[in-house]
Amino acid sequence: METLAMHISNGIINGPVAGVFAAVALAALTFCVLRGRRDLDDRLAPMAGLVAAFIFAVQMLNFPIFTAGVSGHLLGGALAALLVGPWVGALCVSVVLIVQALVFGDGGVAMLGLNITNMALLGTAAAYLLIAGLLRVLPRTPTGLAVTAFVSALVSVVVASQGFVVQYWLGGTTDLGGNLTGLAGTMAGVHLLIGIGEGLITATTVATVAKVRPDLVYALRALKPATAPAPVPAVGGAR
Amino acid sequence: MRKRSWGFVAVGLLVALVLAGVVSNYASSHPDGLDSSLLKGCTVNADDEITGGSCPARQAKDHELADSPLADYGIRGVDNGFLSTGLSGVVGVLLTFAVGGGLFWLLRGRRPAGGDGQPAGTDGGARDDRQPAGTAG
Repeated sequence: METLAMHISNGIINGPVAGVFAAVALAALTFCVLRGRRDLDDRLAPMAGLVAAFIFAVQMLNFPIFTAGVSGHLLGGALAALLVGPWVGALCVSVVLIVQALVFGDGGVAMLGLNITNMALLGTAAAYLLIAGLLRVLPRTPTGLAVTAFVSALVSVVVASQGFVVQYWLGGTTDLGGNLTGLAGTMAGVHLLIGIGEGLITATTVATVAKVRPDLVYALRALKPATAPAPVPAVGGAR
Repeated sequence: MRKRSWGFVAVGLLVALVLAGVVSNYASSHPDGLDSSLLKGCTVNADDEITGGSCPARQAKDHELADSPLADYGIRGVDNGFLSTGLSGVVGVLLTFAVGGGLFWLLRGRRPAGGDGQPAGTDGGARDDRQPAGTAG
């Protein structure tokens, strides 16, 4: 049984806990739809479709990490949050996870709520909190944007991996003999390394988009630098 | 004024198709971060199949849709591995774009794109985060 992606397979977490997280995910995604509607317009909608498709593609590209015999791939939460914002971004990653579970047999259908919670919700939320903080303090330069992308992507992967640890604590199907911290440490260590890859891919992609079409980077539009003077409205202008 | 994003989206889609359709064949086949963590405590053979020990991964059950024609990123009936992986990637990118793009297109508000420099107007302050607090009341 070959599995390709970093998604929870059936049987790893028990049914009741998976059910609870399915409800949590559904509620959170409903909220994302309501908030995301405000962001979505004729320009953002096709861009969001592209972001989902791009994340699907890059999730197929498992890269080796330094530890022998272990691979990782992009999760995409930080990339989506930077390009299309946190609400639509979480929906983008969710669409990817749903297509993977329902069509490609990747990540149990019964485990979908758990996977969405970790990768689409936790990953994107952690990333956007960092993005919002970093973009306000770092200089508005290509380097500042790249550093923001790298750091937020790296941290978001580790946070998502710890989401799984919490879920395993609640409903893991194997008794770890009280050694949950062992699992937490292993997951954090491996995902720190995967996070470096995630950071490099995210920074490269966002830097490229920002160079070609800076107006298509949501985070640059929505987040104003803290130190920069407020834009002066034209005197006697449109309002 | 309004910049179109369709050209950009078309180019981006092409990049995604190449990544999923071609580059995917060069992806690492080692167990990923989650799987490897769940294999801790078990011994595995060269094909990463469990040969002994006890670990969380032992509880893994088959996928509900393991018989799907596209299961495990291959196309059933296509024997050439390169072609099978690549084509499944192409299908996946197009399907994800169709589902995601369609959903987001339906969800979008009925107002013109962007509107940089324009007051958001009719949509009740949806873009209030664009204005620094305290200006223009």
